[in-house]
Amino acid sequence: MSTQTVAQPSVESRSPAPPAPKSRRTERSAYLFLAPWLVGALVLTIGPMLASLFLSFTDYDLFTSPHWVGLANYRQMFTADQSFRSSAAVTGKFVLLSVPLKLALALAVALLLNRPRRGQGIYRSLFYAPSLLGASVAVALVWRVLFSDKGTVDRLLSAVGIHTGGWISNPDYALLTLVALAVWQFGAPMVIFLAGLKQIPRDLYDAAAVDGAGRIRTFWSVTVPMLTPVLFFNLVLESIHAFQSFTSAFIVSGGRGGPSDSTLFYTLYLYQRGFADFRMGYAAAMAWVLLVVIAVLTALIFRSSRSWVHYAGDDQ
Amino acid sequence: MTAVPVGESTVAKIRRPASRVLWHLMVVLILIVLLYPVVWLVGTSFKPAEEVLTNIGVLPTHPTGANYGSVLQGVAGYSLWTYVGNSLIVSVGAVLGNILTCSLAAYAFARLRFRGRSVLFGFMIATIMLPLHVVLIPQYIIFQKLGLVNTFLPIILPKFLATDAFFVFLMVQFIRGLPRELDEAATIDGCGPVRIFRYVVMPLLRPALITTAIFTFIWTWNDFFTQLIYLNDPSKYTLPLALRIFVDQTSQSAFGPMFAMSVLSLVPIGVFFLAFQRYLVEGVATSGLKG
Repeated sequence: MSTQTVAQPSVESRSPAPPAPKSRRTERSAYLFLAPWLVGALVLTIGPMLASLFLSFTDYDLFTSPHWVGLANYRQMFTADQSFRSSAAVTGKFVLLSVPLKLALALAVALLLNRPRRGQGIYRSLFYAPSLLGASVAVALVWRVLFSDKGTVDRLLSAVGIHTGGWISNPDYALLTLVALAVWQFGAPMVIFLAGLKQIPRDLYDAAAVDGAGRIRTFWSVTVPMLTPVLFFNLVLESIHAFQSFTSAFIVSGGRGGPSDSTLFYTLYLYQRGFADFRMGYAAAMAWVLLVVIAVLTALIFRSSRSWVHYAGDDQ
Repeated sequence: MTAVPVGESTVAKIRRPASRVLWHLMVVLILIVLLYPVVWLVGTSFKPAEEVLTNIGVLPTHPTGANYGSVLQGVAGYSLWTYVGNSLIVSVGAVLGNILTCSLAAYAFARLRFRGRSVLFGFMIATIMLPLHVVLIPQYIIFQKLGLVNTFLPIILPKFLATDAFFVFLMVQFIRGLPRELDEAATIDGCGPVRIFRYVVMPLLRPALITTAIFTFIWTWNDFFTQLIYLNDPSKYTLPLALRIFVDQTSQSAFGPMFAMSVLSLVPIGVFFLAFQRYLVEGVATSGLKG
């Protein structure tokens, strides 16, 4: 099978130049320590990556051998497949909504908590709790019922005169419930923001006070610049994470991505194509498109970071 | 923590308690909204079926244990303990794999010199950001051809090959922080890398190993995607997969047992949270682990 043959060139097989005996011994034991990881990297990462690139140019149903179709999968994706287009749009909308909202809330609550008060540690843990629970099927099921017709959200809104009905059955609102579930887990980036806030040296604030800066000025001129490395880190991590969301959409929409494709996440459509229709070649092509999009976006964030991320000691 | 700095004006001192109460009030208010879904879930698991949608409060008007009774009698033809057992197998297996092989790889990257180290290290870091989907299909094909679909191996085996690069990185960072003098002293005493790893690094690595163990357990316990793909026989279902059965049952009578089982599936996470909350939060704060 293609994956095994691809996984041949190994670092170990390079003929070693004769180093000093002692370092050769370390070298040998280094590869011994690294052996499980190396096998994993070759057989479960590099091999499969190349294999899925190959499969993306084929038609493959898992049972008959792959049939070369050239760029047909990609052509279908970008010109003919309406569901592909909506799944890309849904995931794009989800990332653009959930990541900024989540980070803004995380920062706001971190600023609120960042005070020498009793109970701060416990509060911090409690805010973090949803991040541990949010990925579970159990919480997605709770979301399904909370946002259903006559669910808590509907009842509370009806009480103040807003009649929305069930959010999960409404194509205009269904995605918002998934955004809400993602934003609900703001605790993890909040904890990272808090750690970043504690790193800001006190004397910067003292200096700002001496210079007569008010609270708002201090926030924008001291806190925000000093926090940009942490913001950058959170932004990269959360974006990559958001692109791959799956469970919430699967559970809330019952695996279908409805109503009318409004919660058809990219990963959900990929799953349907690969594991329900057994169009493995098409799913592999979708995976590579996802990889390229994530790589390009990450590269863009990294590039842009030069102009907005401030590293202490860079300048005066 | 609460020490009032000396030299503050009396006005500030008088104003303080009020603003402090206000601060606590705000924080608690946000927490109530934030934790409502969880508390509601627990309360609702004790509500009779007809109350699930009519009572948005957290406390049941007519508390009942019937939902739990029904779940304990089995779900979809199998005992609850089958699903709990399966979840335990994959989670504990994943923990053992990560602890063993991530630490081996991390030690090599952090302490040993070998050809290609920087290239391999760069590759390892890059795989942290690699979306699972791009390796998913060939991995599935491999396991399918080996006849391992519908076993726990496709979920556990990759962990024994250190594929969770994040934890390798976490441990590399940790080992780099350990004083090199310890290694050097052990080398003078005649220890090779294997014994240094076993008797010097491993014991000191404990905090990082605990962090890895806790997060691996919780993530694998919660994981849905991988288990959905590899396990399709109900006797092999884990808790997340068994819970998914309820998605297709739209009748309200299924809500009670669904939430009872949801609560049970979250119990280990709750226990870990209570026992290790400091570890968890510090782990996130210092290494940027995702929750």
